[in-house]
Amino acid sequence: MLETLMLSRIQFAANISFHILFPAINIGMCWFLLYFKVRYDFSGNPVWMRAYRFWVKIFALTFALGVVTGITMSFQFGTNWPGYMETVGNIAGPLLGYEVLTAFFLEATFLGIMLFGINRVPPKVHTLAILLVAIGTTLSAFWILALSSWMHTPTGYELRDGVAFPTDWWAIIFNPSFPYRLTHMLLASGLTASFFIIGISAYRIRKGDTKKAPYKTLKTGLIVAAILAPAQAFVGDLHGLNTLEHRPQKIAAMEGVWHTEKGAPLLLFAIPDKENQTNHWELGIPNLASLILTHDLDGEIKGITDFGDDHPPVGAVFWSFRIMVAVGLLMMAASWFGLYRLRKKGRLPFWMLKTLEVMTFSGWVATLAGWYVTEVGRQPWLVAGILRTADAVTPVPASSVGFSLTIYLTLYAVLLYAYIHTVRVIARKAILTEEFETNEPTASGSLMNVDAKGSAKGGTS
Amino acid sequence: MIDEQWLPVIFVGLMGFSVLVYAILDGYDLGVGVLLPMGREDEADRDTMIASIGPFWDANETWLVLAVGLMLIAFPAAYNMVFMHLYIPAALMLIGLILRGVSFDFRAKAAVDYKLAWDRCFKTGSLMTTLAQGYMLGQYVMGFEQGWATQLFCVLSALCVTAAYSYIGASWLIMKAEAALQRRSVIWALCSGRISFVGVAAVCVVNPLVNPGVFDRWFDFPLVMFALLIPVLCVFAFIFNEILLKRLPKHNDRHCWVPFVFVASIFLLCFSALAFSFFPEIVPGKLDIWQSASAPESLRFILVGTVIVVPVILLYTIFSYRVFHGKATELHYH
Repeated sequence: MLETLMLSRIQFAANISFHILFPAINIGMCWFLLYFKVRYDFSGNPVWMRAYRFWVKIFALTFALGVVTGITMSFQFGTNWPGYMETVGNIAGPLLGYEVLTAFFLEATFLGIMLFGINRVPPKVHTLAILLVAIGTTLSAFWILALSSWMHTPTGYELRDGVAFPTDWWAIIFNPSFPYRLTHMLLASGLTASFFIIGISAYRIRKGDTKKAPYKTLKTGLIVAAILAPAQAFVGDLHGLNTLEHRPQKIAAMEGVWHTEKGAPLLLFAIPDKENQTNHWELGIPNLASLILTHDLDGEIKGITDFGDDHPPVGAVFWSFRIMVAVGLLMMAASWFGLYRLRKKGRLPFWMLKTLEVMTFSGWVATLAGWYVTEVGRQPWLVAGILRTADAVTPVPASSVGFSLTIYLTLYAVLLYAYIHTVRVIARKAILTEEFETNEPTASGSLMNVDAKGSAKGGTS
Repeated sequence: MIDEQWLPVIFVGLMGFSVLVYAILDGYDLGVGVLLPMGREDEADRDTMIASIGPFWDANETWLVLAVGLMLIAFPAAYNMVFMHLYIPAALMLIGLILRGVSFDFRAKAAVDYKLAWDRCFKTGSLMTTLAQGYMLGQYVMGFEQGWATQLFCVLSALCVTAAYSYIGASWLIMKAEAALQRRSVIWALCSGRISFVGVAAVCVVNPLVNPGVFDRWFDFPLVMFALLIPVLCVFAFIFNEILLKRLPKHNDRHCWVPFVFVASIFLLCFSALAFSFFPEIVPGKLDIWQSASAPESLRFILVGTVIVVPVILLYTIFSYRVFHGKATELHYH
């Protein structure tokens, strides 16, 4: 049974980690695409259309990966975690149902029109389709984060014979940690998309692409990132305070505080030692953790040892948290400096382009690390205070789970490689393409207007 | 306020509706994947075939998520029981769905040398999905028994479902393709139609024999007079479609859409027959819908949304099919 539990946990972690990579890009990127298309609609400047056309290809690929890896998720609860639906199915079910009904169909149907319908519908309807896809992806985040947050801070229910029954849907959806977690994730997606766009635009420019579209998208990405990064730091802090109120043992693990102390230091580096309940190689700033969390230099922070067995594994949470914060700060610095240089000199130096290129997938690292803090930090509970992870697992033999896990891991490795490779191929193709030769709509119909409008204002491009 | 006794009935109806819509809609795009010809000279045909399902496959697959979602929401006990027993085939189906979903996009964007490889992935993924679904259907009908006879039946069911999906896929292509590919699709439809017919007949014989309850229900006088209408209509649909297919394509492409309607009706009839065999049991011989239903307060909450949203979904789905009506044209990502 223990083997099935561990394998099922690894499988769930693998599936959800691989899945989140794609929505994390797409929730944000769809709003970028809408912005490019709307800019084109209003200005008629074909550079915006080219930016849209380039990015929509990558968006479509990312979307396909997000959809198919997401379907896996909807089966997992039944195949690996039957206890989950038995105990909290009355609450999880409707929330997942609303996600399918209000988000999945909307985005999937209008994606078809968005990707392939530009020649078949009027331009305004096409822009509307992009808007609906963007709303769909965001709604999807809304519902799934409502459920995820409820699992951390359950409210609006009552237990009858160990099974949760809903008493107040408003309280269930808008549970105490939901507003913070939703905002934190939407901003994370915005940042992930920004750095993805910045990184690939920088790659195109560094490889000698002199067209205007990559400069425009680089600048747009930098502006958005420069605004979102500090906003994220602020929201992250609020989220932390919310966690301190509802689940102090997670904060204790994040800060590496083993024993309750006053004036706790903010640890920059440490090796948490589970056996001896202490840290080695500590390097910290005195009193700062207390100041951040309690707004008092000598504020008390509860230690892990105060919670008995009811606390998450310290090392994983501690380090994930540090990685997330470090990458976040790096993003802030890179976006501010990049924007400053771009405004002052009109272009970026080679080394800066190279740095931004390396940071293409930095959003993935920060998002994953953040989710590990949150999800590992909830352990040993699957639903805080209601259901332990170990009690929810399937009686399926470990060999079956091992079999499925092996195939998933192999497939994910191949797909991740293929995805990154293909994004590079698309970028390289775009560099070689002459500006006016390709990607211009040639088909008849409504697009003729677009063409005429585009060439009439062509002087601006 | 809706009576608690009726809520599970409404939800099993909604679930059945989603399963049926899924089987027809994702059925044709899975079928197109299964039929994909893999020769080097077939590249143009492959492009057209995939273009014909391009704008739709994603939304089609969402009906599976809705069907499974409704089962998870409304009948969690049944959901747990079904997927615990079907662990391996469900995992294989998911792998198949992942393979075909990603190949669709990779083939258009990867370096040219990899296109054929992604096409192979697309076909393999489609085949894995249809075989796994057929196998799971067989297991479900047989009540998850293990013996060799059950396994044999499940293999038959896997082949039959694959043939049925190819049948509706070929009919879709007759409607969406032109010239040589259309003629090819007619031949595909004829072959897969005959195999489907044999398969459906086999299930009709085996199902009442292994499930005594099903036998009683089908041959209970006087209901038998109405019940037998289903297989009779089904046989007629197969025969008429066969006759029509032999005359296609006609001048001016008349009746090119009729085979699709015939096959969709066959799907509807077969589905009604299965529903008639098992209702109100949700896991044959093990659980009925009232035993496995979740709390009425949860069902009421989601029902409100369903009643409002599902008609809207149907409306914009129809809108999307109208936007892309007519023969398939080359796909460009714009």
